[in-house]
Amino acid sequence: MTILVCNTPFDPWQELARHQQALEQCGRYGATACFVGTLRDFNEGETVAAMTLEHYPGMTEKYLSAICAEAAQRWPIIDALIVHRAGEVTPNDTLVLTAVWAAHRAEAFAACRYLIEELKTRAPFWKHETLKAGARWVEHNTPG
Amino acid sequence: MISVKYFASLRERMGRAEDRIDAMHARSVAEVWAEVARGAPWPANMLAAVNHAYANAQQQVYDGDEVAFFPPVTGG
Repeated sequence: MTILVCNTPFDPWQELARHQQALEQCGRYGATACFVGTLRDFNEGETVAAMTLEHYPGMTEKYLSAICAEAAQRWPIIDALIVHRAGEVTPNDTLVLTAVWAAHRAEAFAACRYLIEELKTRAPFWKHETLKAGARWVEHNTPG
Repeated sequence: MISVKYFASLRERMGRAEDRIDAMHARSVAEVWAEVARGAPWPANMLAAVNHAYANAQQQVYDGDEVAFFPPVTGG
């Protein structure tokens, strides 16, 4: 299980490839499921020019690790990866990557969904949007 | 001492990122809030953590603890 909070842009597909190449369980996993979250240039009727992702260092890593461990207890998965961006981002930047490797797709999809949904409700991140005119804190996530 | 941290819109509202208070002045999360907010009521939707774990207002706090207050999280 790997979790990473990074303050600079990352390419989710490179992260996926790098992680999968390093997996030692070749031949055991038949399914890789992933979710990639990307910053839109619109939200709740406003044009979004940029966004700042604030987080609580220490607590963030603790909860991302706990969420991975919970997924591994609930489903027979082989490995999981979470990469989450922090700091200044602009539209089309990747915000988050969650990925799961498992023997079969059912547990891979279910566990990957669990990672992103739990992360959104429990990991201490906050979004501050820069709009065309002004700025605002995002008060709630959009429904899954 | 108890270290108190604020994040996001609550940090802006408080006008500072952290405080340190004497542990003698607060025995629970609610009492920590009362101390740093000078009696202002607990804001609607505000969340709290003690030593990096979510906590309710009644949770006890001790000397050396780190308490944090913040709005609902919006990651992902």
